[in-house]
Amino acid sequence: MEAVTMAKAINLSLRDALTHDENVLIFGEDVGALGGVFRITDGLQKEFGEERVFDTPLAESSIIGISVGLALRGFKPVPEIQFDGFIYPAFEQIVSHVAKYRNRSGVPLPITVRVPFGGHIGAVEHHSESPEAYFAHTAGLKVVTPSTPGDAYALLQAAIDDPDPVIFFEPKARYYLKEEIDTAARVPIGKARVAHEGSGVTVIAYGPTVSVALQAAKTAAAEQISLEVIDLRSLSPLDMDTVMASVRKTHRAVVVHEAPVFCGFGAEVAARISHDAFDLLEAPVARIGGLNVPYPPARYEKLYLPDVDRILQAADAALAYG
Amino acid sequence: MADVVRVVAADDPLRDLFSPAGELTAEGRSRLGLDAAALRELYRNMVLIRRADQEALNLQRQGELGLWGQFLGQEAIHVGAIAALRTTDWVFPSYREFGMAMIRGVDPADMLTMFRGLSHGPWDPRKYHFAPLAIPVATQVPHAVGFALGCRLKHSDEVVLSTFGDGATSEGDWHEAMNFAGVFKAPVVFLCQNNGWAISVPLSRQTAGSIADRARGYGFPGIRIDGNDVLGVYAAVMAAADRARQGEGPCLIEAVTYRMGAHTSSDDPTRYRTESELEAWNAKDPIARYRAWLEQQGTIDEGTVAAIADAAESAAQAMRARLTAMPTPPPGEAIFGRVYSNPPEPFLREREEFESSLEGS
Repeated sequence: MEAVTMAKAINLSLRDALTHDENVLIFGEDVGALGGVFRITDGLQKEFGEERVFDTPLAESSIIGISVGLALRGFKPVPEIQFDGFIYPAFEQIVSHVAKYRNRSGVPLPITVRVPFGGHIGAVEHHSESPEAYFAHTAGLKVVTPSTPGDAYALLQAAIDDPDPVIFFEPKARYYLKEEIDTAARVPIGKARVAHEGSGVTVIAYGPTVSVALQAAKTAAAEQISLEVIDLRSLSPLDMDTVMASVRKTHRAVVVHEAPVFCGFGAEVAARISHDAFDLLEAPVARIGGLNVPYPPARYEKLYLPDVDRILQAADAALAYG
Repeated sequence: MADVVRVVAADDPLRDLFSPAGELTAEGRSRLGLDAAALRELYRNMVLIRRADQEALNLQRQGELGLWGQFLGQEAIHVGAIAALRTTDWVFPSYREFGMAMIRGVDPADMLTMFRGLSHGPWDPRKYHFAPLAIPVATQVPHAVGFALGCRLKHSDEVVLSTFGDGATSEGDWHEAMNFAGVFKAPVVFLCQNNGWAISVPLSRQTAGSIADRARGYGFPGIRIDGNDVLGVYAAVMAAADRARQGEGPCLIEAVTYRMGAHTSSDDPTRYRTESELEAWNAKDPIARYRAWLEQQGTIDEGTVAAIADAAESAAQAMRARLTAMPTPPPGEAIFGRVYSNPPEPFLREREEFESSLEGS
């Protein structure tokens, strides 16, 4: 297949889901005629009709709330939340009901909530956030994020096929990353991948920071420093087996995400590595991420977001430790 | 604006069943089509659920339940609404609809396990077409609308009953759901049990307007009715459900009633309301009123009344016996067993660690 962008890969994945299962519904703000503000649902309403791909009133809590009812009625809702910073009105529905309904009633809810997330797009406030830790913290939800077009296609298929709810975070700054994809490939939820093999330091990333970590690995290689990059792909469930296999080899780890380091998802990864590999570690596990401030105005975002230099500095520090 | 109001009013099947004060008219009553057995069944169900409610409070007072929220005084709504639906129509309750669930066939002892600290939701909603109780106020209303939208998309003639209290009408989810229902013409009947109090806050602090009138703003009819008249509730829900079944969209029914008990067994209503208010509502008791009417019609006699009271007593004792004899399910299954359809590996490991930590303890 020819190379496609991640945006197109998600569009194809939604299209294939709509084709293969008549119970799949797509809805949200502006997803119909417009095709979404990022055009991810482009052409889907025209092809599948207004009963399967439709615009809703502008109310995130009920976009998720009606998903619960639709799922109980036998549908597989794939609602879109327009931006990361607009998911908070739906937080109660997601945390109190979507996550807990099966535990409460025995009825599974096959809901996939799509959320463009992360920064680096020069946007105004509320359009660049990384709220993944809030959801990963909630039992009953699965939380995934792809870093490549191929994974975006396959992980979204897995999410929609899953009988339980999945929060699907799309790294919006990587929507235009292009590669050839294999639509027959399967990516199960809960399996990390080694994105780049190396031996010196393990760099653990997900979503938008995977490409930054890969760039860091390339730069480091020129200086004879070998970084292994792990793309988590799934934050919950978390594949510590893949992470630990790498750390057992490198004895050093750096976790990278865009969200603030304080209470960020990296804290969980770092704590687990520190616990499970305490005797093996040659250096403390480092965390690279956003500062503990509200996401800054766009002119400052490059200073806030993890970049190649910060990853390399952390890797150098890990190698020089002790 | 006047046009909008007129359009809605012309399309309102409920209005002419009720007087401006919300009383079911004689004409409306004559159109119900309920025979004597059906009329007695409404009485029987109200007596049954009231006795079960009292027994649940007794169980709480005796330390067998951690908490109980009585629905004393609201029996006409529980019974009238469920009787007006088909058993295939789903109900999305808030947390005080124990009586509704009982009438739908959910075992009351099973239900009480929620208040005994054994379960968060003991019945299969798909079997009884009765959603789990929703504790966060108004959050179940969008679920009802989504389900109703799903019925429309499946081209089925099911309708959905969404119940909530007066306090719920202040929540954002309630307004969002009403708006969605209007826009999607969802086959849903919104039934507000306006019992005057949201814990300690009276209706006057909840809203400056009329709950029923809000429906107009969302593009569908709303009506305020006497919620202590079981036949009035039946008539209103039936008319609203028929309309929804015919594809005409939602209605909002504000059924005015009174919470005769405390909010829950942890509450103390003497701190915020008066004895005289209680006495005034006691005079409008839905069961006594209905019984007097049935007697006046010659539809029920003393023997039947006594037999129904006996049946309610036996049912309450059976509920108590079954509940107090229930074993405590093993903790691993109880707290891990229903979280995921296909539990992920790390989750299973945590369960194993938890279960092995209990061994020998």
